[in-house]
Amino acid sequence: MTQLKRTTERQHPLWQLTLMRWRIFAREPAAVFWTYGFPLALALALGIAFRNRPPEAVEVAIQASPGAEAWRDALTKSPAMHVRWLDAREAHEALRVGKVSLVIGVGQPRTYEFDPTRPESRIARALVDDALQRAEGRTDATPVKDQLVTEPGSRYIDFLIPGLLGFNLMSSGLWGVGFVLVEMRVRKLIKRMTATPMSRAHFLLSFVLVRGLFLLGELPLLLAFAYWVFDVPIRGSLLLIVALSTLGSLVFAGLGLLVGSRAQTTHTVAGLVNLVTLPMAICSGVFFSAARFPEVFQPLIRALPLTALIEAVRAVMLDGVGPAAVARQITIMLVWGAVSFGVALRVFRWQ
Amino acid sequence: MIDKTLAIHCRGLIKDYGSVRAVDGLDLQVHVGECFGLLGPNGAGKTTTVEILEGLLSATSGDVELLGRTWQSDADWLRQRLGISLQETNLSDKLTVEETLRLFRSFYATGPDVQGLLELVSLTDKRQTWYSKLSGGQKQRLAIACALVGDPEVLFLDEPTSGLDPQSRRQLWGLIERFKSEGRTVLLTTHYMDEAQRLCDRVAVIDKGKVIALGTPRELIQSLGGTDVVEFTCDGLVEETRMSALPGVHAVRRRSDGLSLTVEQLHKTLPLLLNHLQQTGRTLSGLSTHHATLEDVFVNLTGRQLRD
Repeated sequence: MTQLKRTTERQHPLWQLTLMRWRIFAREPAAVFWTYGFPLALALALGIAFRNRPPEAVEVAIQASPGAEAWRDALTKSPAMHVRWLDAREAHEALRVGKVSLVIGVGQPRTYEFDPTRPESRIARALVDDALQRAEGRTDATPVKDQLVTEPGSRYIDFLIPGLLGFNLMSSGLWGVGFVLVEMRVRKLIKRMTATPMSRAHFLLSFVLVRGLFLLGELPLLLAFAYWVFDVPIRGSLLLIVALSTLGSLVFAGLGLLVGSRAQTTHTVAGLVNLVTLPMAICSGVFFSAARFPEVFQPLIRALPLTALIEAVRAVMLDGVGPAAVARQITIMLVWGAVSFGVALRVFRWQ
Repeated sequence: MIDKTLAIHCRGLIKDYGSVRAVDGLDLQVHVGECFGLLGPNGAGKTTTVEILEGLLSATSGDVELLGRTWQSDADWLRQRLGISLQETNLSDKLTVEETLRLFRSFYATGPDVQGLLELVSLTDKRQTWYSKLSGGQKQRLAIACALVGDPEVLFLDEPTSGLDPQSRRQLWGLIERFKSEGRTVLLTTHYMDEAQRLCDRVAVIDKGKVIALGTPRELIQSLGGTDVVEFTCDGLVEETRMSALPGVHAVRRRSDGLSLTVEQLHKTLPLLLNHLQQTGRTLSGLSTHHATLEDVFVNLTGRQLRD
């Protein structure tokens, strides 16, 4: 208007669009929680639930009687066993209610009283007998060495963290792009914006860029948490992990674009997002190894983008492999990304 | 004042949704500098027509030219020169007024600065307020600001004052008049007759996807033949032919609860009417008169009320 100062000064539309997406996200407490808080909470809960405990001592009872003291002394030396000295009646009662797994009775021969259907009783039987026989002079025919695998890198939490990272990138990509797009379409915001000279490429690109921005928060947060709280090691290149996560993030932004490209209601898109994410959440090795599924499904499962992402991040983080070792996974993700972006741009419903 | 070149020109516009014909062979010519109103009831095809003109919908058939260009060949050029306010604008709830304007401003090569726009639409003190916290009138003013942000040559407003309180409506009318006074073109749709009468240089009355009347508000009202409308209710039957025989009566229409007469000179016809009723022994139970409006034009043309 003539009264107004006209200017050609303006900020770059792509910057403004990206800023808009970021602001809307940051002002939605629920979205912030699901992106940043939820994976940490899940990692903490599962890490605690599946933490490696020191082996529990086996509870055994010895019927108090002369001549049994030597057994008691032999068994109490072993940290793997906790021995009670009880009279016959008490010992039977303790076995009956499960306070002890085995009762050692005096006599010739010595008796082991236990319930063979209880695994801990069978373990107690083996441990007790082994300890007593050794104390009584038995020697091993072959020397053996135990190699314990409780060090960081091979525990459940180590397996879980790359899985959670991939899972999080997938769900925030699909919900954050697909669902939000449809929400904007329902509110006719997309229509309003296409009524301006806004570049459609800028509009879609802003979603992808914001996914990248989120990643800069998600990735260090989860990795630092895993490192400080659970000692999860990062054996490979951090840069490679960042690169793989970025690629994964883009792939899922592309899939989000695809599921959000046509849907006209938020119900439809919520269904579509679940349809895409649930099978991958189960099959792609987030919580347990994908190798548990039958061999015939393996080619299919390994071709899923989430499987590729998790396999690659796991290999770099835990086995310390380089880019060449994850080339197959990178290729799979590139193909998914290219196809989903290509199709989404072609079929996108702007009105 | 009015430039003879055409800002908007469409010929034989048709839009089908399945078997339903929403726009049925519509022709429009809007001159540069003109404020043109599309008037009609809900479902008349106003919004569909406007969205085709805005390049948001494609027509089933027909031609559209804006500022002498077409959407097929000059979409980008046109987008920079049009300002659009959709019927329902839902901007992002959690962006502030200023953030929203900066975003929209970034899409246009030239335009007013955001400060000035905020002042123009009286939202300066709401600049830091989220969209979701604005009142209906404030939201609508922001929508208009978003339409003005590219310094448009042609402004499309689809029911800009629908659902607003009278004060907000008047505030918006002021904005539109200001824009119009700079010689720019406005196309607005409305089902408020007073709005069209106040703002529009010319009006096209649309019903069932067709233009059923076209002209200045004054011309359209004059086409009724009378300038005032008398509506009355009385006991017993009054014959319509007797009414049209009264001097100065141009049209008679039966309403659900009485008759409606379009008259030329109220001060002469009204005493005659009352006389006649008295002589025939009828007792009035209701009588009202008003200056003829576009509403009466619509009723006269279609036999229906606009807000049916």
